[in-house]
Amino acid sequence: MSQTIRIQLERYRPEEDSEPWQQTVEVPYHRDTSVLDALNYIKDHVDPSLSYRWSCRMAICGSCGVMINDEPRLGCKTFLREYLDAGELRVRAMDNFPIERDLIADIGGLVGHIESVDPFLIVDAERPLSEGENLQTPLQLERYEAFSECINCGLCYAACPQFGRNPQFLGPAAITLAQRYNLDSRDDGTPRRLAYLNAEEGVWSCTFVGYCSEVCPKAVDPAAAINQGKVSSTLDFVQRRAVDPVSTEDG
Amino acid sequence: MRRSNEPIAWSLFGAGGMLLAFVGPGLIVVTGLLLGVLLADQPASVYESLLRWLSHPLGKLLMLSVVALSLYHTCHRLYHATHDLHLRAPNALMLVLFYGGATVLSGITAVVLWSIGA
Repeated sequence: MSQTIRIQLERYRPEEDSEPWQQTVEVPYHRDTSVLDALNYIKDHVDPSLSYRWSCRMAICGSCGVMINDEPRLGCKTFLREYLDAGELRVRAMDNFPIERDLIADIGGLVGHIESVDPFLIVDAERPLSEGENLQTPLQLERYEAFSECINCGLCYAACPQFGRNPQFLGPAAITLAQRYNLDSRDDGTPRRLAYLNAEEGVWSCTFVGYCSEVCPKAVDPAAAINQGKVSSTLDFVQRRAVDPVSTEDG
Repeated sequence: MRRSNEPIAWSLFGAGGMLLAFVGPGLIVVTGLLLGVLLADQPASVYESLLRWLSHPLGKLLMLSVVALSLYHTCHRLYHATHDLHLRAPNALMLVLFYGGATVLSGITAVVLWSIGA
């Protein structure tokens, strides 16, 4: 552990700082030291006041999203060895969100959008238990399976220039989740979700920059989901299946 | 939430993109290269065959589709590119400039095609 690498952290403590400032720290590294390991090292040995989110350390909880050298990445899935040539890492809170504290972004907007697209199975008629399992073929599963891998880390929102300019835009993860249920053979909720997707703040704010899919740590490909959503919304422009969720019984 | 009218523009954009991808290269190879090279010694016959082709209503329609949809495709992409590049201008002006431009140029193409062989 004799080698070190320089990490520049963007710090912001709302009760003390009027604006974000930079803190530079030298951190020892191994081949297998992740950025999250480095942050934990700093917290334990250098500056216990550093705040950041993390939990699982294995790219499934989606908590440790940060900007690393201006790219949205998961701290646990990014290793210091990738930056040896660059010589330095710059870590800051995710772009396009307000900074809550230090490396913690306020992802309330993302959570609100995800909640707003009815991300659960909606059925027209309850199936009695006596009918047994609600079976799906492998093909029916394949249609939405990749879109169900999202861990809500928010990296796609940090990458999306449209969400950055207009936070009302539902954004990659929420639209992907809507699409995940719209493509599910057990679901009848498409007309309800189309009401959101058809809006300017739905699929139509997207100009297909595609950076969301590049930064996604789970290869969900939200850009594909949004563009499938554009096809659905275009068909609905003619078919008019969308129903206003506010007017439905439990909307 | 209010339904966006974007599907109209996006359909024209999508149709133009598909057409350009599938028909565009073939058209360029045939009209731009093959006809000129293979029939270089008989330019009159190239002119005659293209004139016959564009005199037929179906030929006119195909040519108008290729030109108009390509225009809408390009203008739609340029319109959104100005947004992505943060070029500031009143949105109504941009709409008129890009989609109006595509419409005017498509109209001119239609008039020119209509006059061929008439």
